[in-house]
Amino acid sequence: MSKILVFVELRGDDVADVSIELISKAKELGSSIGGEVIAAVLGYDLIQDFSFLGRYGCDRVYKIEHKILKHYTSYPYAKSLVELIKEIRPDIVLFGATYIGRDLAPRVASSLGCGLTADCTDLKIEDFKFRGKLYKNQLLQIRPAWGGNIIATIVSPEVSPSMATVRKGVFLKKEFSNNLCEVKTFRPNLSEEDLLSEVLHVEKRPKSVDLHGAKVIVGVGMGAANEKTFGLIKELADVLGAQIGATRPVVDSGFLPKECQIGQTGVTVRPNLYIACGISGQIQHRAGILGAKRIIAINKDPKAPIFDIAHYGIVGDLNIVLPKIIKVYKQKLWEV
Amino acid sequence: MFNLIVLVKQVPDVTDVSEEVMKPDGTLNREALPSIINPEDLNALEEALKIKDRFPAHVTVVSMGPPKASEVLKDCLMRGADEAILLTDKFFAGSDTQATSYILAQAIKKIGRFDIIFCGRQAIDGDTAQVGPQVAEKLGINQLTYVFEIMEIHKGGIVVKRETEEGFEVVKSKLPALLTIMSKANEPRPKDVKKAIAYKNIPILSPEEYKGKDNKKVFIKKWDHTSFDVDLERCGLKGSPTKVKKVESAVLKKIDTKLISCTEEEIAYMFKELIEDHIIA
Repeated sequence: MSKILVFVELRGDDVADVSIELISKAKELGSSIGGEVIAAVLGYDLIQDFSFLGRYGCDRVYKIEHKILKHYTSYPYAKSLVELIKEIRPDIVLFGATYIGRDLAPRVASSLGCGLTADCTDLKIEDFKFRGKLYKNQLLQIRPAWGGNIIATIVSPEVSPSMATVRKGVFLKKEFSNNLCEVKTFRPNLSEEDLLSEVLHVEKRPKSVDLHGAKVIVGVGMGAANEKTFGLIKELADVLGAQIGATRPVVDSGFLPKECQIGQTGVTVRPNLYIACGISGQIQHRAGILGAKRIIAINKDPKAPIFDIAHYGIVGDLNIVLPKIIKVYKQKLWEV
Repeated sequence: MFNLIVLVKQVPDVTDVSEEVMKPDGTLNREALPSIINPEDLNALEEALKIKDRFPAHVTVVSMGPPKASEVLKDCLMRGADEAILLTDKFFAGSDTQATSYILAQAIKKIGRFDIIFCGRQAIDGDTAQVGPQVAEKLGINQLTYVFEIMEIHKGGIVVKRETEEGFEVVKSKLPALLTIMSKANEPRPKDVKKAIAYKNIPILSPEEYKGKDNKKVFIKKWDHTSFDVDLERCGLKGSPTKVKKVESAVLKKIDTKLISCTEEEIAYMFKELIEDHIIA
C-alpha cells in the first residue's frame, strides 16, 4: 500500500490553500496505486483537529505538537518531520513551494539522502525504466528550468521517498465524498536545545493584491508601465472588476509591488480572462498564465511572442486601444 | 576575526534571452548564452564584504563547477574576497543538489573554521533554492533563508530580517549558521580597479603547486576529488538521487489567435464571444 505524505502548512489557525490542493492531488495520484494520503501538521496548542481534511482526500492526519514548534523554524521542524517519515515510511512527500516549504523540504531531503524537485508544475505516477531495471509507480516530477526555457521531467527511483514542492494554484482543491480521516498524534524527540532560531518579531504586511482567486486579471508589462497608460489600465480593471498583475521587469523596476508578479518566479494564475498589456511574452511570464481560459494580448509589436498564446490579439498603441475597450464595455456595444 | 565563506555559482544568463540565442526551431541555444556569476551570489558576497568593512574578517569564496567557473571566483576576488577555491573534477559533473551540497560541505569541512556561510537564495538556472539548506543540514548548522537584512552581528550570534509568506520576521541565531541572501538585501559593490588589473591573469593552482611554497601573489586554489575527503559514490550522477527522465524545450503551444483590429465593432464582437463562452458576465 503506497503512502503519500503531505506537509500541511498553517496560516494562523487555518490550513494553507496550497496544502489542501496537494492533499487533493495526492488522493488523485494515489487512486491508481491504492495510495493512502497522510497529512502532517506541526505546531503547538493546535485548536483544530484537522479531520475536515478528509473531505479533500486525506485519510490520516498526524498532529505533531511541541512548545518549540510554536513558530516555524528550520531545525526542529525538519527534525520532527524526518522522524515521522522514518516511522511511517511514505513513498512520496509533498510540500507547498512556499517560503516555509522551500526552507524545510531541502533540509528534510538532505537528512534522508533522497531526491527533491522544487516548484513542480505537474506530477504523475508512471513506471520508469532505469539502467535496465523497471521501477514501478514512480513519481514523475515535471518542472521548468533554465529560466523557463526547458521543461524537465525528474524521477528519483533509487531512494525513497520522492519529494517535491509545488506552488499554490498549480493543482485544484477537490472534494471526495465519504472519505473519512483519522487523526493521530506523533510525539517528536525534541528538546530546548533544538531551538536554534529565536523568532523575535513577526510582521505581517497586509496583502494589497491577491491574484489567486481573481476571475479577470489585467497584466502590466513594460509597455504599459508609465503613468498615462497605467491610468487607463486602472480604469479598465475597475470597469471589469479585475485585479492587476505585472511581469517581472515591471516589479523589479519598482513600478508595482512583488505581490503583483505573475510568472515563473511569481504567481501562477488561472483567471477566466487575462488581458496582457504591453507584455512581450517572455517564457517566464507565459508560464504563469497558461491556466487562463482566454488571453487577450495588446502590444504595439506584431512579432511579440505573447501573440503565440493569445486567443485574441490587438496590435496597437495601448493609449488608443484601452479607451476603446473601456468604451465598448461600459456602453455594452455588443448588444447593438 | 570573522571567518566567512561565500558559495558562488557560474550560470548561463537565462534571464535575458534574445533572438541571437534562439535556434531556428524556437528553442534555446544554451551554448550561445553568456556565462555570469549567479546574480544573488553577488548579493551574498556583498553581505560578507559589508561585515569585512566593519570587522576583521576573512572572506573565502568557493565554487563547484567546470574549469571555466574560475572566472566567477576571479570576479569575487576583484570585489574584495580574500581567498578563492575552485572545486572542479570530472567526477563532480552531473551532480544534483544532494551531490552538490555533499561536495560543498566536505570542502567546507576541509577549510575548517567558519562563522557564517553565505549563499545566494537561488540560482537562475536550476531555480531550486535547495543547495544552501542542504549544505547547512550536512554541516549540522542552522539555516536562515530569505535574509534581506543583517541587523546585528557578533562572534556569538546574529540577528536578521527574513522574508516570510505574510511579511517578514526578525530572527536571532547562534553562530555558525548558513544564510541565503535575497537580491533586495543590497547593491553589490563594483570590482576594485587596482585588483581588476592585478588579478587579470591570476594563476589557478592545485595543492601540489601551491602547498609549502612561498606564495606572494594572490591565486585561485583548484581542488579535485583528491584534495579533500570526498566519497565518489556520493558525487556526480552516481551520487544524485534525482534523475532527469527527459528534457523538452519549452516551445509553448501556439494558439489560433484571432487578430482584432482596433475598432469598436471588432472589440464589441470579441466581447460578444467572451460573454457567449461564459468567460465574463
